[in-house]
Amino acid sequence: MELNLQELKQTEFPVPVELEDNIAITSLSQLYNWGRRNSLWPMLFGLACCAIEMIATASSRFDFSRFGFEVMRATPRQADLMIVSGTVTKKMVVPIVRLYNQMPEPKYVLAMGACASGGGPFKEGYNVVSGMDKYLPVDVYVPGCPPTPQALLYGMIALQRKIDGQSIANGDDVPWYGVGPAEPTPVPVLGPDIIDPRQMDMIRRQAESAAMEMAALGQRELPAATQMVAAKATTQEAVAAAPAEVDSDALNFVLPTGGTPWSEAEDIREKRRLRALARKAVRATRRAAETDEG
Amino acid sequence: MVEALATEETIDAQTIDGAIAYLQTQFPDAVKLDDREGYQGLIVDSAQLLKVARAIRDDLGFDYLSSATAVDYLGVDDHMEMVYHAYRTSGGGALVFKAQTDREDAQIPSLVPVWRGADFQEREAWDLYGIRFPGHPNLKRILMWEGFHGHPMRKDWREAYYEEEVKPFDSRWPGGHVHRSEEKNVFGKNVAYPPEIDLNRLMDSSETSVYSSLGLGVDIEQIMDKDGFETNQLVVNMGPHHPSTHGVFRMVLTVDGETVTSLEPVMGYLHRNHEKIGERNTYLHNIPFTDRLDYISSMGNNHGYVLAVEQLMSLGRRYNPPTYRCEALRVMMVELSRIVNHLWAIGFWLNDIGAFFTPVLYFIQERERILDFFEAVAGSRMMCNYMRFGGLFADLPERIKSVSNLANDRVRDYNTMQFLTEMVNERIPRTIDELEQLLTQNEIVLERSIGVGILSAEDAINYSAAGPLLRGSGVAYDIRRADPYSIYPELDFDIAVEQEGDMYARYRVRVQELRESVRILRQILPRLEATKGESIWADGKVGAYAPRVPLGEAYGRVENGKGELGYYIVSAGGKNGSSNPWRYHVRAPSFINLTPMGIMSTGYKVADIVGILGSIDIVLGETDR
Repeated sequence: MELNLQELKQTEFPVPVELEDNIAITSLSQLYNWGRRNSLWPMLFGLACCAIEMIATASSRFDFSRFGFEVMRATPRQADLMIVSGTVTKKMVVPIVRLYNQMPEPKYVLAMGACASGGGPFKEGYNVVSGMDKYLPVDVYVPGCPPTPQALLYGMIALQRKIDGQSIANGDDVPWYGVGPAEPTPVPVLGPDIIDPRQMDMIRRQAESAAMEMAALGQRELPAATQMVAAKATTQEAVAAAPAEVDSDALNFVLPTGGTPWSEAEDIREKRRLRALARKAVRATRRAAETDEG
Repeated sequence: MVEALATEETIDAQTIDGAIAYLQTQFPDAVKLDDREGYQGLIVDSAQLLKVARAIRDDLGFDYLSSATAVDYLGVDDHMEMVYHAYRTSGGGALVFKAQTDREDAQIPSLVPVWRGADFQEREAWDLYGIRFPGHPNLKRILMWEGFHGHPMRKDWREAYYEEEVKPFDSRWPGGHVHRSEEKNVFGKNVAYPPEIDLNRLMDSSETSVYSSLGLGVDIEQIMDKDGFETNQLVVNMGPHHPSTHGVFRMVLTVDGETVTSLEPVMGYLHRNHEKIGERNTYLHNIPFTDRLDYISSMGNNHGYVLAVEQLMSLGRRYNPPTYRCEALRVMMVELSRIVNHLWAIGFWLNDIGAFFTPVLYFIQERERILDFFEAVAGSRMMCNYMRFGGLFADLPERIKSVSNLANDRVRDYNTMQFLTEMVNERIPRTIDELEQLLTQNEIVLERSIGVGILSAEDAINYSAAGPLLRGSGVAYDIRRADPYSIYPELDFDIAVEQEGDMYARYRVRVQELRESVRILRQILPRLEATKGESIWADGKVGAYAPRVPLGEAYGRVENGKGELGYYIVSAGGKNGSSNPWRYHVRAPSFINLTPMGIMSTGYKVADIVGILGSIDIVLGETDR
């Protein structure tokens, strides 16, 4: 939402006549959002094919500077927006998470193209992460393989709209409006396969149960529990015949950094969602009232 | 025939058959003909491979090792095989030779002492197939990280999202319920861990191995420099996130002051398992995947792949070669993408030597124009997916109309041939003139690039360099002339070559090639007019979309913008051939051109390294595949 100077001057608060030209009243959230949405500097950071279209979007024909994505910065310390432009591999996700942690808040992530959104054509590959959102919170997904520059521009403008709706009054709206610094995202570890530290407990449990049950299976069969879930997904009968249930404790693992247990986190998320919906409704009614007046 | 040539005097070792016969007489107990159906060349006894390889290089003159790759014949013959394609830089066809080894304890002597170009390719074979190469100077993983579990290209290795051996897969929505690979995997993402994983003692060893080959365990080390002063040797990491690396490439340098004393390329950050996926795919599936190899010149990638598959298909009975119009269209598209590629390469090389993004804007202008044409013909700007086996996706449209209509974009509606004529005769030559005017005698460009990043002709050949990197070192080797394909023999053009072997020479080669491409395009346009109305498919029928390819092997190679792009394809399986490739290997010029990066960089300043990398012109989709 652009700030309209005319509207800013017509306030309900009494302003002395001689100061009328110098005083504008708006909400702090709006002012913050206005500043943020119009100076989003993307990180100069290309992964794959999409990066070429991102460069095309930055250059003269499409030119995203027109919309406030002024200049690309090569260092994460000066960037607000990470455009994940291409296939995220397991080997590359480690530096990507580090880069994200190095970006100052507020920071946004845009998943450009099919690969960054969900693995894309390479999803089945053994070195491919099926979507950036497995590791980082993604704000906008742009479909396409690669998305045209127009599509990317549309996605970037969608991000601006999203920023418009954020509120400084609610600490749980976005992390950086909350209290204190945000926790950095744990950096994945390259072991025998990529390991997300947030899933360490679950992996340990699965691996232990698998080690007990299987020795005769081939060198890289999935753990036994995995196969059970696979069977469940395909046929109902298989579940009935399965000798044991999936370890339900696996879902209750505790974050290694001492975070909230899974079940409580779910509750909090649910509350946040309801509050966000309520706010949205309030905003909608307010907007409707404004248009009626107008 | 071989018996007739048994005496040495009668053998004409200049031909491929002669060379094979020569090797058979010289090493009767070490080589034998590869007589499997559809195969060619020789099978060399592993124990004597090095001796035979030396003879192939020194006695027979096959000085250029184009491709070295592994194949796993699990379930067919239950052995592993290394396949080598050697060429003469004077031109001619390939001498194919193979070495076989046991799957369990796979060992084949390294050919790095003979051809340095085998270096990265053997490391790749170790990484993906687990074949050891005794004698290799630096045998460690190259695409995956050190510590990864297993060798993923082996036929019995299954990925976490494994569904079935080959495509097309069964329905993913049996009974109306969609299921995704994540739901099948207990971890909810694309991972699987070996049961013996010990999470308590988990070490990320992927980094230590990178530094170990530099002889360094720490970042800074006290050394004595050449003048006898005590100094610090510093390790500098460039990439994988670095604006000059053209993607996610990484270089680990040791520097003495500003001078680079050693450099090691580290790659694999965009390794998206092209070949493993390619072996599950049907032949047709792979065409759009090839687009994403060298994503700047997707048409060229298509061309190499369809040539290789057509070569295999021609072994079968029912095969119609492409029509003349089809060939002309293919060549036109490939030359246009070569122009795009070189404009892009020169523009980004200038970024690297300090002209940040201003020159690129000049060159992107014309590139956008060409992409508009691709979009009108193939439906997509970059990923054209245009060529088919024995034909093309579509003929040229009558008119080019704008699909996207931005506010700053004029509504477009042109006659296609007029558009092409204007582009080929006016716009592209004008852009090249402008480019030359701005750069060729530009003092800064001359100062930065002359005498920097020198690669001698001998090294270029021995390191299997290709494309402008090879020709910039004075080797006039262009596959369009040396081993012609398509309609190139009848077209009139010259091989661009420069003698100096430095960055400037490579720039000059690219500019010359731009002009030669325009020259070719000018000859193509009348051919298109003449064949107007002719079908792009033989017999006027759309060819086999999902062909059953007869048994055998094929190596199709083209001169792409970045160099020699080759596809090694093996069709195995049933008696009637197969609809999925057994082995699908890409000989990627960007990958192999990085082999001499170390020797090209040593002794130059850190700022030059960036330019040297730019002058090689790599694209990571192809490097890491």
